[in-house]
Amino acid sequence: MLNFESLRALKTEAKKRLDARLADVPAVYLDETGTYKLRGPYFEKQTRIVLKNCEIIDPENIEEYIALDGYKALADLLEKNVPRREIVDEMIRSGLRGRGGAGFPTGRKWAEALKHDADHKYVICNADEGDPGAYMDRSVLENDPHSVLEGMTIAGLGIGADQGYIYVRAEYPNAVKRLNIAIAAAHKAGLLGERILGTDFSFDIELRLGAGAFVCGEGTALMESIEGRRGMPRNKVYRTAERGLFEKPTIINNVETLANVHHIYLNGADWFAGIGTPKSTGTKVFSVVGKVKDAGLVEVPMGTPLTKIIYDISGGIKNDLAIKAVQTGGPSGGCIPADLIPTTNVDFESLAAIGSIMGSGGLVVMDETDCMVDISRFFMDFTVEESCGKCTPCRIGNKRVLEMLERFIAGNGEPRDLPRLQELCEMIRDTSLCGLGQAAPNPVLSTLKYFRDEYMSHVRDKRCPAGVCKSLMTYVVREKCVGCGLCKINCPVKCITGERKTMHHIDPNACIRCGVCAAKCPVHAIELA
Amino acid sequence: MITFMINDQEVTVPEGTTILNAAREIGIKIPTLCFLKEQKGVEFQSASCRVCMVEEPGRQKMLAACSTKAWNGLKVRTDTPRVIRTRRLMVELLLSNHPKDCLICHKNGDCELQTLAADSNVREVSFQGAMNKCRIDNSSLSIVRDMNKCILCKRCEEVCSNIQSVGCLTDVGRGFHTVVGTVFDWPMTDTTCTFCGQCLAVCPTGALAEVDNTRKVWDALVSGKTVVVQTAPAVRVALGEMFGMEPGSVVTGKMVGALRMLGFDYVYDTNFAADVTIMEEAAELVHRMKHGGVLPILTSCCPSWIKFIEHNFGDMLDIPSSCKSPHEMFGALAKTYLADRLNVPREDMIVVSVMPCVAKKYESARPELSVAGQSDVDIVISTRELGHMLREIGVNFESVKESDFDDFMGESSGAGTIFGVTGGVLEATLRTAYEWITGETLENVEFEAIRGFEDVKAATIDIQGKPFRVASASGLKNARKLLNSIRSGEAHFDAIEIMACPGGCIAGGGQPSVHQDYSILEKRMAAIYGIDEAKTIRQSHKNPSVIRLYEEFIGEPYGEKAHELLHTEYKLRKKM
Amino acid sequence: MIVPADQTKYDELAAFIQTVDASEKSLIAVLHRTQTIFGYIPQDAQLMIAKALHLPTAKVYGVVTFYSYFTEVPRGKYQISVCLGTACYVKGAQDVLKAFQDELGISAGETTKDLLFSISQSRCLGDCANAPVVMINDELYAQVHSDEVPAIIKKIRETEEYA
Ligand SMILES: Cc1cc2nc3c(=O)[nH]c(=O)nc-3n(C[C@H](O)[C@H](O)[C@H](O)COP(=O)(O)O)c2cc1C
Ligand code: SF4
Ligand code: SF4
Ligand code: SF4
Ligand code: SF4
Ligand code: SF4
Ligand code: SF4
Ligand code: SF4
Ligand code: SF4
Ligand code: FES
Ligand code: FES
Ligand code: FES
Repeated sequence: MLNFESLRALKTEAKKRLDARLADVPAVYLDETGTYKLRGPYFEKQTRIVLKNCEIIDPENIEEYIALDGYKALADLLEKNVPRREIVDEMIRSGLRGRGGAGFPTGRKWAEALKHDADHKYVICNADEGDPGAYMDRSVLENDPHSVLEGMTIAGLGIGADQGYIYVRAEYPNAVKRLNIAIAAAHKAGLLGERILGTDFSFDIELRLGAGAFVCGEGTALMESIEGRRGMPRNKVYRTAERGLFEKPTIINNVETLANVHHIYLNGADWFAGIGTPKSTGTKVFSVVGKVKDAGLVEVPMGTPLTKIIYDISGGIKNDLAIKAVQTGGPSGGCIPADLIPTTNVDFESLAAIGSIMGSGGLVVMDETDCMVDISRFFMDFTVEESCGKCTPCRIGNKRVLEMLERFIAGNGEPRDLPRLQELCEMIRDTSLCGLGQAAPNPVLSTLKYFRDEYMSHVRDKRCPAGVCKSLMTYVVREKCVGCGLCKINCPVKCITGERKTMHHIDPNACIRCGVCAAKCPVHAIELA
Repeated sequence: MITFMINDQEVTVPEGTTILNAAREIGIKIPTLCFLKEQKGVEFQSASCRVCMVEEPGRQKMLAACSTKAWNGLKVRTDTPRVIRTRRLMVELLLSNHPKDCLICHKNGDCELQTLAADSNVREVSFQGAMNKCRIDNSSLSIVRDMNKCILCKRCEEVCSNIQSVGCLTDVGRGFHTVVGTVFDWPMTDTTCTFCGQCLAVCPTGALAEVDNTRKVWDALVSGKTVVVQTAPAVRVALGEMFGMEPGSVVTGKMVGALRMLGFDYVYDTNFAADVTIMEEAAELVHRMKHGGVLPILTSCCPSWIKFIEHNFGDMLDIPSSCKSPHEMFGALAKTYLADRLNVPREDMIVVSVMPCVAKKYESARPELSVAGQSDVDIVISTRELGHMLREIGVNFESVKESDFDDFMGESSGAGTIFGVTGGVLEATLRTAYEWITGETLENVEFEAIRGFEDVKAATIDIQGKPFRVASASGLKNARKLLNSIRSGEAHFDAIEIMACPGGCIAGGGQPSVHQDYSILEKRMAAIYGIDEAKTIRQSHKNPSVIRLYEEFIGEPYGEKAHELLHTEYKLRKKM
Repeated sequence: MIVPADQTKYDELAAFIQTVDASEKSLIAVLHRTQTIFGYIPQDAQLMIAKALHLPTAKVYGVVTFYSYFTEVPRGKYQISVCLGTACYVKGAQDVLKAFQDELGISAGETTKDLLFSISQSRCLGDCANAPVVMINDELYAQVHSDEVPAIIKKIRETEEYA
């Protein structure tokens, strides 16, 4: 069991051991300020605060976390006996906004929970990371679990909570393992549990596993799930800061949000507020995936130009194709078209202004071979699958949206469907019970706005310009044909005609688009067009 | 207090009031489907149907009126084109996954979805697509579940879990495929459902319905057999509502007249059998008291409650009275004593019960309530079904000529009448037991302390200087609480009445829908007490016809013949 | 009814239930354990859990059917989870899924007759930088191409034969 003194002593010892270990690790270097960093331009162009320890410390060894000032922020607050109100005020001054999607000011959330008295209060870490295509939370949980534990404990200290829960996806077995190790180690060290560091502050953390429901990332659904029920969002009569988990005041914060916390108390709110933009302070981790050369996690200050992330850090577009759009915010977000990319900075306000959202930081880069109608369908399919089914607009409305998009893709759409689609999407957005339904039409609304011509091609010309929607394509024989007849023999519906040694022809009405002919053709004369 | 504006009208309401309730106060109608106001004023805000959306001009997100608390200075509109269009689209979405079978739906004309579609001026369903296909569960004799018609308002679940504490309904699945179902999608008959019918009483659509037995009755009426009908106490104070009459109208005479118009050979009164029930139950109580039997005694005239105790309190099956429910007593008497007097063989008599209840449909088929495979009561129809039959023949109900019940199983005391309300059976028992125990005449037969809609009403009655502790509860959650406190030894009672439906049979699952206007129930209750007050004979054992029955046929109350015909037994059922 | 062969599994479950709070809030954890023990969540287990946690079985069933992680039918020994998350989707995960389906002759959500394989779709396995990604039991396969699928299956089949 550590106390303030022995924690300091341990830090000094641990730092020596860490220095010795890292001396032989080529991927890591010490910068001019004495901070360990990952080598290489990919990392050096980033501003890594949340990811500071990732790939540097051993996440299963609490001492290495302590070596790099881990638990110092917590210890200082406890040792100086900082009043709750001041802890919360510091958070308000930092301007930190929730990284889980909505960007709600963290300090204000804490202040609300502090206001309500209760025999128990809870701190929940939302580690349900459900956005497909985003994995920054997983990275933090697996590589720096103590930063989350420390953040939660400080939050607990600030609002007067005694229990924390981490709700983590069942799909992240490694994260679960490392969190368990971390919790046990923190317990053993007296940094968690009864009488932390010998003070009279007690705070414990338990893990709760999700079970495959995206909607459980929504705060109240998550609480339902922890309480042992179907994860259906609550009707929000009360704020969770007043009546949340088990009817008690509860704050819920995202992993990345919590991972920022100890840095703020170590370096001060002003330091943090100085990074990023005035309204969006600090950094954000993006999961840059899709058609970029170097896919991966990128942490940059809020307000960084999108082009810097895509071209400067992530190496630009794969195969040097033309960029078509960047999708941010996952199934709740929107598409930024190519022509807006050069002028877009990534912070809460800028993204909202162009109809997208920051979301949890998913950033999918799409090139000319991606069909925007198909991408909308992809997200709607996700939403329909993940809707909890509680409210009408989301349960039935989103299903109808999906069906409409499917009709477009199958070539059964009509131009008059577009305004109806728009109307339905807006209605779902404005009337759904929870964030899932409210945000679900965003991918459709934003592509309808920026890629309307692509929709028109599908519904009016029955063509998919990107060449993705199979039903809208036909197989054609090109000039290259040498008349070998292989395609004709292999076609399962016998729709290819042609004499030997002459060019063959495919009957587009009979063709079932199986693709066999194209695969068999020795001179690759058959193409989808 | 807060002040805010709805459609340019200013309202001042206590803090915490929802937009919906404030609007209702000033007469502005906002439609609802999932919102459920429960009898005690408790509100269930599932907030799921979204037909109550209203607009705060200038704000993109709309507000669900049913579950949004108004705040000072709020300005909302319920009448803008956007609100109206949104509501219509919402109804269209619901209808896009709904069979549009109104013409052949039992809820036709009484359906909240149908009314809303009409009021919203829906003229097409713009967004067609896949529809859920659910198997109709008609396994039980009481309730039909057609989840194709369900709009997932969850009112049924709320009632089943939180009013009845039965919890046999749950959402199953997720997203578009969610349905309200039973455990493992088993048929209702294999679950712990008590068939109280409270779920169907709150269902806004035709998804939950009673099993319709009207065809069986029509067939019986032309079968050439002697068809005898009996009517439960609570039917006569509700049937008028089916024909637009004021709630609380007592229509006994017209009801009897109308039943004769339908062609029943004899029209009798379950109230008579209720008096018989009191003879037996009071005798059983006195017997238990004298011979050190188990106390409390629990009333047993509610079959839903009986099924509930069979499932959930298997260790306490010896405490309910062994008395059959009144209509079953009537059935047993009809097919023995009455059949003899009328000179009809048992096989040629058909007994029909008109009940406020859907549980009695399943009850009538319990094997122990039959002789040689032939049930004592052949067909049970609800108040609603009787109303439908009368509409079929086109009666102008208000001008039906009044008629009297047939002699002599049609005569009843005030005690038999009050079976229709919570506390009534207990009060009726006391009216008789008191005199039997003390040998004195009871001056005031009214036991106010056990009347009314409260969850549990307990009272101590002084019987010859000894305290006699009684309680009555309605609603199965209250029953559960009471039983748990007895089991744990926390509470001690001598006699307890339990009714599954909150308020008693006046609120039965077979009664005309009240659509959340619970003042209707109060009016029905008042009507029942009114009938009782108007009677000169208000105690069962003083009913001359009852006395005659015992003299001519049964002999001693709780005697041998009585046991054979009027008492029954219970069975252990699976707890789930 | 409980088959004797499964008795030890039920004992294991009962022992686990002993260690948790007998109330609703333990339900998800108990279901996770049940799924681990049995590979799925049998009806008898649900009845047992409901009784132990003092819940109507209908509620337990409602929870089981809500979460896609829980299944009421036994799954294959090798659970192939193909990621169809955004990153994987734009990198052709659809083709990878199709390749598995063609190779095994089953659709996503199904299990092969020999109970060796089942295929499911995942909504992001958290390794998006290496899209498209497939997880087979706990093993992650990065940057999978549909052409590699037959070989992956073949290799598993071989290990099975020698096992
Ligand atoms: C459908 C849905 C899914 C969500 N999923 C997540 C998630 O996986 N992780 C997360 O941190 N927040 C998620 N959120 C946001 C949370 O509701 C909540 O706003 C957040 O956890 C608050 O933490 P923050 O203020 O630190 O961002 C989701 C919201 C919705 C509506
Ligand atoms: S919006 Fe969708 S996920 Fe949210 S409560 Fe409604 S149905 Fe459930
Ligand atoms: S795609 Fe298939 S059906 Fe069409 S022409 Fe080629 S082989 Fe025949
Ligand atoms: S297989 Fe190719 S080359 Fe041969 S006939 Fe067909 S298209 Fe021509
Ligand atoms: S439930 Fe209502 S809307 Fe549906 S078919 Fe019946 S009457 Fe019509
Ligand atoms: S309302 Fe219309 S659909 Fe219904 S019966 Fe009349 S004409 Fe036919
Ligand atoms: S009849 Fe009663 S017990 Fe049965 S489902 Fe309906 S409310 Fe529940
Ligand atoms: S069955 Fe009726 S009460 Fe129950 S959810 Fe469906 S519509 Fe509502
Ligand atoms: S209280 Fe009356 S109506 Fe309700 S179930 Fe019991 S007997 Fe039937
Ligand atoms: S999926 Fe197409 S541009 Fe089509
Ligand atoms: S009545 Fe308000 S949402 Fe259903
Ligand atoms: S989208 Fe496939 S791993 Fe994230």
